[in-house]
Amino acid sequence: MLAFIIRRLAQSVLVMLFVALIAFIVFRYVGDPITAMVGVETRLEDQEIMRERLGLNDPVIVQFLRFIGNAMRGEFGISYRLQQPVTELILSRLPATLELAFASATIALVFGLVLGVYTALRPRSFGSAIIMAASLVGVSLPTFLIGIALIYIFAVELGWFPSFGRGQVVDLGSWRTGLLTESGIRSIILPAITLSLFQLTLIMRLVRAEMLEVLRTEYIRFAKARGLTQRAINFGHALKNTLVPVITITGLQLGSVIAFAIVTETVFQWPGVGSLFIVSVQVVDVPVMAAYLMFIALVFVLINLIVDILYYVVDPRLRVDGGGAGK
Amino acid sequence: MTMENAPAAKPIAPPRPKGRLRQALDSDIFYSYRRSPVTIVASIVAVSLILMAILAPWIAPHDPFNPASLNLMDGFTPPMSQSAFGDNWFLMGADNQGRDVFSTIMYGSRVSLFVGAMATLFAITLGVTLGLTAGYNGGTVDAIIMRIADIQLSFPGILIALLIFGIARGVIPANQQESMAIWVLIVAIGLSNWAQFARTVRGATMVERQKDYVSAARIIGVHPVLILIRHILPNVLGPVLVIGTIGLALAIIEEATLSFLGVGVPPTQPSLGTLIRIGQQYLFSGEWWILFFPAVTLVLLALSVNLLGDWLRDALNPKLR
Repeated sequence: MLAFIIRRLAQSVLVMLFVALIAFIVFRYVGDPITAMVGVETRLEDQEIMRERLGLNDPVIVQFLRFIGNAMRGEFGISYRLQQPVTELILSRLPATLELAFASATIALVFGLVLGVYTALRPRSFGSAIIMAASLVGVSLPTFLIGIALIYIFAVELGWFPSFGRGQVVDLGSWRTGLLTESGIRSIILPAITLSLFQLTLIMRLVRAEMLEVLRTEYIRFAKARGLTQRAINFGHALKNTLVPVITITGLQLGSVIAFAIVTETVFQWPGVGSLFIVSVQVVDVPVMAAYLMFIALVFVLINLIVDILYYVVDPRLRVDGGGAGK
Repeated sequence: MTMENAPAAKPIAPPRPKGRLRQALDSDIFYSYRRSPVTIVASIVAVSLILMAILAPWIAPHDPFNPASLNLMDGFTPPMSQSAFGDNWFLMGADNQGRDVFSTIMYGSRVSLFVGAMATLFAITLGVTLGLTAGYNGGTVDAIIMRIADIQLSFPGILIALLIFGIARGVIPANQQESMAIWVLIVAIGLSNWAQFARTVRGATMVERQKDYVSAARIIGVHPVLILIRHILPNVLGPVLVIGTIGLALAIIEEATLSFLGVGVPPTQPSLGTLIRIGQQYLFSGEWWILFFPAVTLVLLALSVNLLGDWLRDALNPKLR
C-alpha cells in the first residue's frame, strides 16, 4: 500500500516536472521576455542590464530550477497584458470557474445516474430509444453551439435567465461567490447545463452499460429467486455495484470540466480562468499561459492521484497500472 | 453467413490473402450496411456534404470571396427571397456583407473538411508510427512513448491545441501568421489527437509481434522496418480506420471550436466555426439565418461522420455479428 502510494506520488512529481519543463520552454523562448516587458524602444544597454538582473543570462538549467522554485511558491511573474501578478489574476478568477465546474458536475452526476438507470431497466422502451438517440446527437453537438442555442431560447426568446456574466457576487474574504444571490443562481444555470451535457451523456452511457452487465450476473438472478422486490434488486444490489466506476469517471472528468470551461466561459462571458486563458492565447500573454498550464496540470495530477489511491483502497483486486484517465 | 465470414477481420492464411480478404470484407460490410437504414442516410448526407465542399468553386451560386460580385445592399436579405435592391436571389439569405450564406457554407465546409482531414491524417501518421515503434521494440522506447501518450490523454485535446496554437503564434513572425495559420491549426489538432492511435496500434502490434509469421520474417532476416510496414501494419489497420473516422468528426468539431473562439483559421478563409462566430453577433437582432445554416451544416457533418464511424466499429468487430 505504502509502496504503491510512494510510486504513484513519484510518478505525479515526474509528470509535473515534465509539464513544468514545457511551461518553462514556453515561458522562456516564446517571444523575448525583455521586449515583452519594456518594448523595443529601450536602449540596448538597459535591456542588457535588465536581462542580467532577471537572470536571463544564467545557464538554462539554473533558470529552469529557478522557474520551478518560483512556481512552487506560486510566482509566475507579471502578465504582459494586464501588468498584474499572474497568480493574483488566476486566484481572483478561480472561484467563478470552480463554482461553474462543480455545478455542472453535480448536474451531470444526478441526471446521468437517473437517465442511465432508466435506460438500463427499460432497454426496449420508447423513452430509452429517444434518450439514447439524443445522447448521440448530444455528443456530436459542439459545446459552443449548445451554449448559443440555450442562450437564444432561454435568454433571448423566453427571457428566463441572463445571457451572460455572473450576476451579483458576494465577497467571502478571498472567495467571491455568485451562489448566494438570486441573480447569481440564475446566471449559473445556463452555463452549468451547457458544460454538463457532455459529461452527462458520458456518465449516462457508463451507468447504462454497467447496469446491463450487472443485471445479467448470477447474484441478481439469485436475488430474484429469493423473492426480493424489484426495487431492492435494482437499487440495493445492481446500482450499488455500478457506482465504483461511475465515481471514478466523474472524479477524473472533473479536470476535463475545468478545462472545457474555456469554451463555455467564452460563450457566456463568464469571468473565470478559462476566458482569461483564451485572451492570453490570443495576445500571446506568455506568463499567464505558462501559469494556467501548470495550474491545470496540478489539478489533473491531484485528481488522478486521489482517484488511483481511492481505487486501491476500495478494490484491492484491481491491478492498477499507473497512467491517467484512460478508457 | 456469419460463420464463413467471421475471420474476415483477422489475418487470413497465405494462399491468396488479398483477393479473398477483400471479397469477404466487401460482402460482409455491405451486408451490415444494407441492414442499417441510419447508416445509409448518414453516408448519403456525409457524401453529399463532402461533394458539396469539394466542388464548391464550380457549383456555388456566388463567389463570396470576390469583392466585385458582392453588393453591400444585399446585406441581411432573409432566406428564400430576393434582395430588396438587386436581382440576386438567396436560398439561405445573405450575411452582413451581402454574401450568399449558402455559398459561404460551401466554401466554409471546404476549409473545415480540409483542416479536419489533414489533422486526422497527421495524427494517424504520427500515432501509428509511434505505436508500431513502441509495440515492436518494447522496453525503454515503449515506456517513454506510452508515458507521454498517457500524460497527453489525460488532458483534453482542445487545451493542448490551444496551447500549441499560442506557442506557434509567439514563434512565427507576424507577417507570416495569416498564411501559416491553417497549417498551425492542422498541426495543433493533429498533435492533440495522436495518442489514441498510438495506444491502439501499440496494443495490436504487441499481439502481432508474438505470432509465427513475424518470427518467420525475422528469422529469414527481413529488416525490422520492413516487417513493421509490410507485415504488421496491414494487420493493425482495422481499428485505426474506426478511430480515424470518429477522429475526423472530433477534428472537425475541434477546428470549429477553435475558430469559434477566434484562434483558428484567419478571417480570409472562414471555416464553419468562423461563420458561426460571425453569425452569433447577429442572432440576437433577429438575423438568425447567418448563424443557423452554418451551425446545421456543422452538426450534420459531425453527426453523419460519427454515425459512419460507429457503424464501421460494429461492422468490423466479429464479436458483435
